[in-house]
This record gives sequence, C-alpha cells and structure tokens, in this order.
Amino acid sequence: MAKYEVNLKINNIPVTVEEGSTILDAAKKLNFRVPTLCQHPDLCVAGNCRVCVVEQKGAKALPAACATPVSEGMEIFTNSQKVRTARTHIIELLLSEHNSECTSCYKNGKCELQALANEYRVNENLFIKLVDKNTYTIDNFSPAIIKDDSKCIRCQRCVRTCASMQFVSALAVSHKGDKQKISTFFDKSMNDVVCTNCGQCVNRCPTGALVEKNYIDQVWDAVNNPKIHVVVQTAPSVRIGLGEDLGLEPGNRVTGKMVSALKRIGFDSVLDTDFSADLTIMEEGTELLTRLKKALVDKDETVALPMTTSCSPGWIKFIEHKYPSLLPNVSTCKSPQQMFGALAKTFYAQKKGLKVENMISVSIMPCTAKKYEADRPEMRSSGFKDVDYVLTTRELAMMIRQAGICFEDLPNEKYDSIMGESSGAAVIFGATGGVMEAALRTAYEIVTGREVPFANLDIVPVRGFEGIKEAKVLIKDVLPEWGFLEGAELSCAIAHGLANANKLMAAVVSGEVNYHFIEIMACPGGCLGGGGQPIPTSPEIRAKRMEAIYEEDANMAIRKSHENPEITAIYAEFLGKPNGHKSHELLHTHYVKRKGY
Amino acid sequence: MTDVNVIINEKIEKFGKERQALMPILQGIVADKNYITEDELLLVAETLDLSAADVYGTATFYTFLDVVPRGKYVIRVCKTISCHMAGKDQIIDTLEKTLSIKLGETTTDKKFTLLQANCMGWCHKGPVMLINDEVYPELTPEKAIAIIAEYIAK
Ligand code: SF4
Ligand code: SF4
Ligand code: SF4
Ligand code: FES
Ligand code: FES
Repeated sequence: MAKYEVNLKINNIPVTVEEGSTILDAAKKLNFRVPTLCQHPDLCVAGNCRVCVVEQKGAKALPAACATPVSEGMEIFTNSQKVRTARTHIIELLLSEHNSECTSCYKNGKCELQALANEYRVNENLFIKLVDKNTYTIDNFSPAIIKDDSKCIRCQRCVRTCASMQFVSALAVSHKGDKQKISTFFDKSMNDVVCTNCGQCVNRCPTGALVEKNYIDQVWDAVNNPKIHVVVQTAPSVRIGLGEDLGLEPGNRVTGKMVSALKRIGFDSVLDTDFSADLTIMEEGTELLTRLKKALVDKDETVALPMTTSCSPGWIKFIEHKYPSLLPNVSTCKSPQQMFGALAKTFYAQKKGLKVENMISVSIMPCTAKKYEADRPEMRSSGFKDVDYVLTTRELAMMIRQAGICFEDLPNEKYDSIMGESSGAAVIFGATGGVMEAALRTAYEIVTGREVPFANLDIVPVRGFEGIKEAKVLIKDVLPEWGFLEGAELSCAIAHGLANANKLMAAVVSGEVNYHFIEIMACPGGCLGGGGQPIPTSPEIRAKRMEAIYEEDANMAIRKSHENPEITAIYAEFLGKPNGHKSHELLHTHYVKRKGY
Repeated sequence: MTDVNVIINEKIEKFGKERQALMPILQGIVADKNYITEDELLLVAETLDLSAADVYGTATFYTFLDVVPRGKYVIRVCKTISCHMAGKDQIIDTLEKTLSIKLGETTTDKKFTLLQANCMGWCHKGPVMLINDEVYPELTPEKAIAIIAEYIAK
C-alpha cells in the first residue's frame, strides 16, 4: 500500500514525512534532537518516560514525540520554554525516585539519565526524595548480570527486549505506583530464573540498573602479578566493535590496535579465540558428518537430527530451559571460548612449560552469557577453571582508558603464538550465518575434495539480517569414503535472536521443517550484536559491524578453518583426530535440563 | 479448599486457554483461599503458556490478588482521604490491639490478616473496612471490636 505524505512544521521549519512516522522521526529528519529514555530503535513504542515531550500548537497537553504520529499541518516546538520546564520537571521526578550516586556507579559517564540531568542542569530538591523511603534490592548473585533496582527508571526497555527480541520474558513489571518495579518470577535472583544471560537488556538499559558483572579489578590484579602468566583470547566480533567504545565510528576494524593495547596492558600472551573457532569447525563438522553417516548408512534411529550449533551460551541456556527434549540435537562441542580455555591450561601450558596453577586465562567477549558459561561446573577440563575471567568488549574499552592508552595512535600488532593463528572462516563466527558458512566451507571440501561452489567462497545465502535463513547445498561427486552422501542435499537453517530461535525450534518440534544442520545465535545479528558489545547497538550499527566482519574475512590470507596451519599442527601433535579421545575429554561437553521459569 | 487444577480447568473451559483466562483463574484461586502460592502461579503460567514473570507481574499489580500467605479472613481498612479524616487510624489501632498483630501481619492461628486498601467507594460512610467480601461502613472502635468478636466465634 502506498504511504501518504504528511506535511508539518517543526520549530517553524516545514518538513514532509511518511504517514505513520512519529514526531520524533520528523524532528530527526530536520536534525533536531529530542531527548529520549524509554524509546529504542530495536523496540516497540512505550511512551512511558515522557522526557521526549514537545509542544504542539493549539493543543493543551504536551505530546510525547516518540509515541505520537504526525498529522497534516501539525506545528511542533521541540524546545520552547514550556517544553524545557516540563522536561526539567520530568527529569527531576525521575531523579526523586533514583539512587543518584554517579561517582560510584558503574554507568558513570555512560548513563543516559546522567547525561540528561547534565544537559538540563536539574535542581534535585524540588520534589520529595522517595529513594530514602523505599527499600531496594541489588541482585548480584549471577556471575553475568547485576540488577540494581535503586537505579531503575522503569522505562521497560529491558522488559520489551526480553519479550520481543528474546522470547524469554524473564523480566516483567510488577506491583504498582511507587512500588512498581521490574521483577523476575517471585523476585528471584536473575541467576535462579529462565534468564539466558544474553545481556540484550543490559545493552539497552539506559541507566545503571542492569549492568554486566565486571571483573576488571581481578584482571588488573592478575596482569600486575609477576608470578602469574596471563593469557588472553579475543572473540571474533570484539575487533569490529571495540573501536566504537573508544571514540571511533561503527564499522572500524581495530584488530591490530586491540592486540597492541592488550600487550600494553600487560597480558603475557595475546591470543585469538578465532583459533578455537577454526577448531570448532573441525570438531563440529566431523560431528555433523558422523551423525549423518549414522542416520543414512547405519540407519541408526537414535541419532538426533537436525544438529544445532552450540557456540552461543545464551542459546544453550535457552534450550535447556525451554526445549529440554531437544538437548540431544545440540552439538556436544564446547564454545570456542571454552575450547580455548581448556587448551590454554593443557596444550599451551605444556608447550610453554608453565605450571597451570600459575596461569590465569582471560577472554574478551562481545557477550555476557560467556561469563555464566565460564562458571559452569562442566568447564573445568584442565582441572582448573578453564577460563578464569570473561570481560565484555565494554570492559576491555574501560581497561584501555584506565591504562591511559591513546587507542587511535596505537600501531597494529600481531597475535602471539601459539594459538594465535586463524582463518577468515573463524572471524565470520561473529555474524549470524557465519558458523554455517565456515562449516560449509570445510565440510563440503572434506567430502568432495573441492571448494564450496560459491564465488570467492562467499556463501551469500546464509548472510544478512533476515530472522530465519535457509540454505540447501547439493553434494555430488564425493570422494570415495563419503559415498553415502552422493547426491544428498544438505538442508540448513540459521536463526539469530532467541525469538527467531524459538520459532525455528517450534517448527522443528512440530515436524513442519526438516533440516540437517541449524545455526543459532542468541543475539540479534549474532555476536556482533552481543549483549557485551558497545552501547548503543541499533539496526544501523549492527549493519556496519557486519560489513566490517566480512571485510575482515575477505582480507585474511587463509579463509578456511581446515587450512589454518596451527589447526593441522594441534591435531598432529596433541589432539589426534577430530572427535577423538582427547577432543572428547577437552573440547566436548554435555547439557542439563532446567526448570521452566 | 478446592484443588487449583479444578479452578484452572473450570476457568479455561469458560474463557479459553489464552491470556484472557488469567485474571479469572487468579481471582478464582484467591476467592477460594485468599492468596496464591508460588507453585500455583507457576502452574497457571505453564498451563496458559505465559511467562512466569509476567503472571507474577499481573498478580502483584492488583491489591486484591495476594501472593503471600493470608489468613482465613482478610481485613482491609480503607486508607484513602475521606476514611482517613473519618478516623481510620483509630480503627486500625483498635484492630491491631484486638488481634495482637500489626498492619500487614497475620494472626498465628492464621485466621486474620490486617491490611489497608484504597478507596472502596463508601466515602460517605467512612471509615470503612472489608472482611473478605463483606463491607462494614461507619465504623467506630466499639463496632469494630464487636464485628471481630463475631468472626472469632465463627
Ligand atoms: S544510573 Fe546513571 S544517574 Fe544513576 S547513579 Fe548511575 S550514572 Fe548516576
Ligand atoms: S532495568 Fe533499566 S531498562 Fe529496565 S526498566 Fe529499569 S532502567 Fe529501564
Ligand atoms: S539477559 Fe537476556 S534473557 Fe536475561 S533478562 Fe536480559 S534479555 Fe532477558
Ligand atoms: S522517549 Fe518518549 S516517552 Fe519515553
Ligand atoms: S475514602 Fe474510604 S471508601 Fe472512599
């Protein structure tokens, strides 16, 4: 249906926008900034914070710009005295219920409420302070997320995120009036409920009410301790996100500068999760081919297909809660982070002659769920915690600032060895469809002896932001040992964001769809849109990060996981063969059924 | 007390297995025994395929849907302005003394819970209290004591 155009004036300047646009959209088009708190480009309209109020000529009440559609002939003033006074009062009212302790707040300097208070120069004493009268809880039981109700402005971005993007609804609005708050089921700890630790709510919370649990001090202690050998691994999408938190535009690839910064901070060895992403492809690809063989040749009916990926710990916790009957379908491969951790404290330690008790392994992740994953009791294959501390992209940015490093001026440096080598297939793990593409590049070649039949190895059908993607690959002229796959059509699906994952799983359960292999990433866009990535994250920013990831891949000398020389070497020297005995011990895991709330 | 499953099924038959059955189910459970337990809320959420947090949020929004244990008789004294001016504080004082509990508490024999509520629309006849579904207007401390005595005798 054709959209009609609507003409209106904002601050006396005429503007034409599509019907259905909001006053906020129209103001943006003219580059007038209207402050917002509850509004977020990823979420539906809530209209509850009111800081976006504007004046409409002829109307008595001040409409909320984010929630009011434009109409023909409308005359809007975004910054009249009436508007400014109202906004100041609204901010003051929010602050009257807010535990303002900015100097000791984790969000200090990165808080949308603080920024507004700064801009409007509020006088805090106008309204009775309710904070002193209420009691608030701080929930810090989760290894990943801290929820501090005294900092919550009840904008409900988190509630909308968890419901619409993630289909988890771990958080809801409870109680009312001055007692209204954001609650889990029966106000249990985030650690005891269905929350997947994906951190999407953390990424959208405008204040310090939902933040990651940070391990910055612990990591500083480790790097400053001369007796401890600290290894650090960096996930694929950190290198394309980090710059944003250090003053660069979205879409900047900062791999070399990031490595430099980590060395300057004092890590003893700066290594790459991309190495273990390549390893994941070897293990997961072999697992898939084995399952297919069992199903097609041995006619083993107990084989669980489709097989789903297991790199995303938010997805793992989701399926453990919501579809426990499908747990056998999940690949037993640990995530690249945990494969890396297990090898760092075994293979790496042996090669470098290190005592494991004198090692600390740190990972930099775009993810908050990885903090939870590292804490799982299964993740101690080395006999120690395989990954001691997980920092988000944001925490690393904070450490770089604390270290007094001028990021933009850093030289590009290379990863250390061993476990620092990687392929383009590994870096695309950071984008939705990337694991699928990397797996196909390798599996197809193992089976047929030829490269995947896509120009430049770019498997375009699995790329992009569509919620659920499908791809079919015809396998023909196979090598003799893979005869059973001759003429088979490998059917794959990809979902990102747990709401899409849920749709796909519901279809799998109902038998409506029939796939062999499914890739799931808990976060919208995949890791590039992870809960631990720089704030803000929006559809445009995700698109820029995705471009950067594929650029990074295209620029790599090696584009296929099985061609990474360190991968061939580790199998020859240490692991034996993919899915072999040693791999099972160190690189594979199991899952647990969890309760439904 | 009726089995919750019976209440849930009865309401589902009438209102469907969708969200619109939520309020009737919650009200049904409260009508039966004055409060809803954690397990019951969970059962409701699972049956209607709703998020448990969401069901908890709905239940806690309404003053009359309690999710903490309540006595057999829930007393709610109006705290809004007309009743306040008509002397609701005295009534609360009297009830606290008579029952030996404070506002928000339940007697040890689990018979009475004493709470406040907002305006009940009886402003012209305040102060007013509600015992379960029964309204008691134009209270005086003496009247309040007499009413409680009746309930104790029940
Ligand atoms: S949440 Fe924002 S305004 Fe509140 S204390 Fe923290 S930094 Fe300050
Ligand atoms: S926790 Fe954060 S996102 Fe959620 S309502 Fe409170 S302030 Fe908003
Ligand atoms: S971390 Fe993810 S699953 Fe948990 S409450 Fe936030 S959005 Fe929901
Ligand atoms: S941003 Fe418009 S009401 Fe909150
Ligand atoms: S003020 Fe008490 S009933 Fe209205």
